[in-house]
Order: sequence, then C-alpha cells, then structure tokens
Amino acid sequence: MAGYLFLAIVVLATAAYFVGTMSGRRLVPAGGEKVHSLPGYHGLLGAFAVFIPAAIVLLLWLAFQSRIVDIFLVNSLPSTLIEGRGTGQMSLLLSEIRNVAAGVVFSEPVPDVVAAAERLKSFREVSEWIIAALVAVLMLGGFLWVRSQIAVRFRARNAVERVLSGVMVACAGLAILITLAIFFSLLYEAIRFFSVVPPLEFFFGLRWEPQIAIRADQVAGAGAFGAIPVFVGTFLVAAVAMAVATPIGLFTAIYLVEYSSDRFRSIIKPTLEILAGVPTVVYGFFAVLTVAPAIREAGGLIGIVMSPNSALAAGLVMGIMLIPIIASLSDDALRAVPRTMRDGSLAMGATPGETVMKVLVPAAIPGIMGGVLLATSIAIGETMIVAMAAGLIASLTINPLDSVTTVTVQIITLLTGDTEFDSPKTLAAFGLGLVLFLMTLILNVIALTIVKRFREQYD
Amino acid sequence: MDATLGMAKTTETAGAPLIQSEINHATPVRARDVVVHYGTKQALFGVSIDIPERSVTAFIGPSGCGKSTFLRCINRMNDTIVGCKVTGKIELEGADIYDPSLDVVELRARVGMVFQKPNPFPKSIYDNVAYGPKIHGLAQSKSALDEIVHSSLRKAGLWNEVKDRLNEPGTGLSGGQQQRLCIARAIAVGPEVILMDEPCSALDPIATAIVEELIDELRENYTIVIVTHSMQQAARVSQKTAFFHLGKLIEEGKTEDIFTNPKHKQTQDYITGRIG
Ligand SMILES: Nc1ncnc2c1ncn2[C@@H]1O[C@H](COP(=O)(O)OP(=O)(O)OP(=O)(O)O)[C@@H](O)[C@H]1O
Ligand SMILES: [Mg+2]
Repeated sequence: MAGYLFLAIVVLATAAYFVGTMSGRRLVPAGGEKVHSLPGYHGLLGAFAVFIPAAIVLLLWLAFQSRIVDIFLVNSLPSTLIEGRGTGQMSLLLSEIRNVAAGVVFSEPVPDVVAAAERLKSFREVSEWIIAALVAVLMLGGFLWVRSQIAVRFRARNAVERVLSGVMVACAGLAILITLAIFFSLLYEAIRFFSVVPPLEFFFGLRWEPQIAIRADQVAGAGAFGAIPVFVGTFLVAAVAMAVATPIGLFTAIYLVEYSSDRFRSIIKPTLEILAGVPTVVYGFFAVLTVAPAIREAGGLIGIVMSPNSALAAGLVMGIMLIPIIASLSDDALRAVPRTMRDGSLAMGATPGETVMKVLVPAAIPGIMGGVLLATSIAIGETMIVAMAAGLIASLTINPLDSVTTVTVQIITLLTGDTEFDSPKTLAAFGLGLVLFLMTLILNVIALTIVKRFREQYD
Repeated sequence: MDATLGMAKTTETAGAPLIQSEINHATPVRARDVVVHYGTKQALFGVSIDIPERSVTAFIGPSGCGKSTFLRCINRMNDTIVGCKVTGKIELEGADIYDPSLDVVELRARVGMVFQKPNPFPKSIYDNVAYGPKIHGLAQSKSALDEIVHSSLRKAGLWNEVKDRLNEPGTGLSGGQQQRLCIARAIAVGPEVILMDEPCSALDPIATAIVEELIDELRENYTIVIVTHSMQQAARVSQKTAFFHLGKLIEEGKTEDIFTNPKHKQTQDYITGRIG
C-alpha cells in the first residue's frame, strides 16, 4: 500500500511539474512587467508542493501506524484474554494475533484470537484508507495552491530556492539527529549499567572478568567490571599501530610531495588507495595467519616465548591499515603549503631535505597532527583486526608481546552468545561503548578543529 | 672542492674558454647566449648581459617577455621547474654556474632571491632570519647567530619595527614589513648578488617607497638585479637597465640613457607606454 502511494506521489509530482511548467510558459508579460521566474521554476514548485507534504505524511504514517493500530487492538481485546498477562506475555499474544491475521497458524487459535485477528485486519484497512485519502488531499491542495499562485510577478524562483535550502538543512540536520540518537540510546543503556555496577568500580577497577552467572545454578565467576585493563589494552594496540603508521605514512607523503617522479606517484597513489580499501576482515586474516606466527617465530629465535595473540601483531597490521589515511592527509597538508614557501627556502640555498624538514613539515604540522589524531580515533575504534588477532583475556600489561584485549573485542564477546538484556554482563557492553564513543568523538573534534585552523592559515 | 667557485676554479680548468681573457671584477655576473625552454616552448632566445658590481640593474619589459625566467637562471631556481632547460653560459665571478660539478646549494647562498609576493616562513621573525645562517652553519654560537639576525634586520631597515617582537610570527607583519623581512632573510646568508622579482608589486606606495630606499642603500654592499613593471621604479633605483621583449634582450645600458635616449624603436615604444 505504502509502495503504491509513494509511486502515486512521484507520478503526480512529475505531472505537477509539467503542468506548472506549461502554465508558467503561458504567462504573458502584462503592463510592462517581466515574468519573474522561468517556467521551469513554476513547474518545480508545483512538484515540490505535491511531493513534500504528502511524502512526509506518508513517512510518518509508516513510522507510527503499527503502534497506533496496536493501541486500538489492545483496547478492543476482551478482558478475559488480557487478564493476568505481563508485558512479555502481552507481546506474545499480539504477535500471535498478527500471525493469525497474516495466515500463519501454528496451533489452533482460540476464537477470541481469531476475532482479534479479524479486527486487526479491518483496523489496518481503515488506516490505509485514511492515509490514502490524506495523501490525496495533500497532493491536491498543494497542486491547487501552486496553480493559484502562478502569475507574472510570482517569485517561483525564490520560493524554489527556499524549499531547496530547507531540504538541505533537513538533510544536514538528520546527521546531527542521528548522532544524538546514537548517543542517547547508548547513554540510556549505559545508565542502566551504572545502576548495577558503580562507575567508580568501572573506571578505576583493575580486574575485568565479566563472565558472571546468568542463571542461578550456573558455575561462573563472581564478575568484576574494572575497565582499566581493557582500556590499557586498547591504547597499547593503538599505540603500536600509530608507531607504525605515523612515520611510514608521513614519510610516504613527504616522498610523494617532494621527491617522487610523476610516474612513481602514479603507481604509489593507487596502491595506497587499494590499501585503504582492503576490508578489515582481510587485514585480520593477515594478522592471524601471517604476522602473528612470524612474530612468534622471531620471538622463539631469540628465546622469548610469546602467546599466539599479541598486541604487537594486531597493532602492526592495524598500523598498515592506517598508513593510507595518514599518508593522504599529510599529503594534503604538505601540498597546501604554498609553493612560494618552498621556493623561498630553496632560494636560500637549502637542500630539498632541509626544506621539507625545516619549512614544509613545520608549516604543515597542524594538518599532519589532525591526520594522526583521526587515525588514532580509528585505531581505538577498530574492531575486526583486534577481534581476530588480539586476545580475549583482559590482562593489565603494557608489554606489546603479551596478549591483550580491547574495548571493541570485549563489546563483541559480551553481546554475542547466550545473553540476557538486563544482566550486568550485557549492559557492560554499553558502558564500554559509551566511553569509546565519547573518546573517539573528542579525538575527532580535536582533529577537525586543528585541521580547520590549518586550512584557514594560508587563505 | 667541487663547490669552490671563483678564481681558483677558473685557473684550474685551463682551456675552458672564458668570456674574456681577463676576469673583470666589476661584473660579477656575465651571461652569454642564454637560451631557456619550458618543455618545447622557447622562453629566452640567446640573452647576453653583464651585471655590474655593487649597483642596481633593472630588467624591464612587457609581461611574459622572460624577465623572471632570466632572473631565475642566475641562481638556478629554474632547476626546480619540471621541464625547464637552460643552455648557454652564466658565470659568477668567472665560474660557470651550470657546470655539473657546481654545488647549487652553495650557489644559492651566494645569489639570494626576493620574490614577488612576500613569503616569510610560518616561523618567528627571528627564526625567519636565522634560517639561512643555521642551515649554512654561519654561526658557531647563539650570540653569533643573534648578531647575524640583528644586523640583517638592521640592514633591511626593519630592526626598529620588530626588535621587541622577534618571537612573534613573521606572517603577522604587514606586507611591506614582510617583504623587508624576506630581504633581511636573504641578506643574512651573506650573498654577493640579490635577485628581486617585482619585489614591490604586492605593496602599497608607502611600503614601496621604503623598500626602494632600502634597495638604494643595499647597493653599497650588494649587486642587485631587480625585475620591475614600473618604469618609474626602474628609473628611480637602478643604474643599469635592460629591456626584454619576446624572450630577447633588446637593449641594455645606463638607466638614464635607456630612458632619455633609447636606441631601439621597441624600447622607445615600451617606455612611452605604447607596448606592454
Ligand atoms: N613554469 C613555466 N612553465 C612553462 N612556461 C613558463 C613557465 N614560466 C614561464 N613560462 C613562459 O615563459 C615565458 C616567460 O615567462 P616569464 O615568467 O619569464 O615572464 P616575465 O617577463 O617574468 O613576465 P611577468 O612580467 O608577467 O612576470 C612566458 O611566455 C611564460 O608563459
Ligand atoms: Mg615575472
């Protein structure tokens, strides 16, 4: 139904465009006044007037109709059917009614349920008629309004401009809205978590053992939710990654900007882009199957026994993943330094190397820093590589040869498998998620501010 | 050894044809038959000129005639342009600057350059001036470096304006001050020749007057070559003027001769404003 309605809206909006364009074209300058807007603007405005209100109402209906229908349905249920049901059982009942209405019957339903299913069908029908009528009225109204407005001095062009800017604001606002929605949904769950586990324990505790009993008869640890080891692990892996990615990425950028021939650059640039496009899962394989064994063997040669999962392996591979980001942002930053700066230095008799190190890099340092921070926030939030190559046990260590775990890995393990949504174990994932979100958010904000300030510097 | 320019070099390479049998110190820079190509496009067609010592030589001519190109040949800044090829001969104190064994870094320390748009580094005023002496190792101590920086700023006539703010960024100065900072920066390396490519074109008349006065003072110690679009400026600051047109050096001579009594029709047309 919604699909057909939407199709109708699109078709009629298109029709309104042509009708509007025609009437715009038929306008005759009168009394020495020029026609204000080109015919196309009258057409566009007609299309907008038909499309936008109807589409918005349709979307709202899609979002809320099932809930409203449910309310009517519940109110219509006989009290015998409702009596003694908790929320859980209530939703079971509702889904049974829905199934029956859809013709899916597992066991012979009681007559009350069959009757309710019939009522549900009719409610739905009514709601569909209402929305169809509403959409039709809105489209007609919008169309007639534009028709009535079309005139020689009607400023359709300006009106279209306003509508377009409104649409753009709405799109941009959507991003903000979604960010806020994500934040608040995380916050909501995290607050539930902190009502079970005191924040003090979470932020300062040194033991992370979330495997607590779900059922009373289960054998498991008592549980400990000190997140410090998890965060230390995260930072350790990120630090290894940045130690790899920063120098290699930066030197790559310097080479590309200052030294390489065009031919070499035309090879390196696409290669970096390919590197940036490799799925993280593939990096994960590389870490587990190639890098980790290699490190372990190397360790064995010099007599160090290492766990198969090490922060080093995960960090190294993550560093490789981050090279393209740092290289490309540093490349931008170095290129943004005006050529005159370089000429000035070369003309004083500086070698290209001195010019890069003493003039270009210092001038570009804010942009480079921005890139590094952005990469750090990616490293902290990266999931797949560490899930495959870092460990699961939260040990408090800063030795990169040890196995560590990270925030993202813990979130995965907490949320997968046999879980219940109000146990502290599951809720802990949201606590971790919230902190992670805030950390990367802050890093990103700092990075973007720095990058922005840098951009302004040479304007 | 390679880097040794000047007398030692030329006497060593016996048989290398000198432009004149005798080295005339009154003309530190001599160019002969300089031809420049950008890719396949020829920009200069055999330019020969002598630049007199401790005086100001002005290059004038309509836009695109190759003034900047020739100026950049003198400190080999054209090397940094991809596809630029220079042939012919340019000597600095008798040594061929396009000799493959010559160290271009050392050459540029001897032939400084000031650009059209002031281009101070995004560093402090002090560090801007100290940059050259530092990379060339001209100062053994902090106090020696201070001395170089201070005297360069004084010579550039900027000292009084910046002496209390040496640690502030050079980019925070006014356009005219920035240009004088760039001149101070060039002086700090102790060059013999200073090339200036339209140094005043981004400045207002007052800043221009100050820089012109400065150029006139610097003439006592440095050989200066200046490219300018302003005939008045050429007349005011230079002792020798060279007129370029379409990649050729049309006429050169004493500034007053060029402006009062040009030999060529093109020169006359240009200075009277008929071409350009
Ligand atoms: N980097 C370059 N690549 C290709 N051609 C160039 C380059 N620089 C200059 N040219 C060409 O060489 C010729 C001389 O240019 P040049 O910059 O020397 O002129 P100019 O006399 O300094 O002009 P203006 O007074 O406008 O600065 C011009 O035709 C120009 O198009
Ligand atoms: Mg020029």
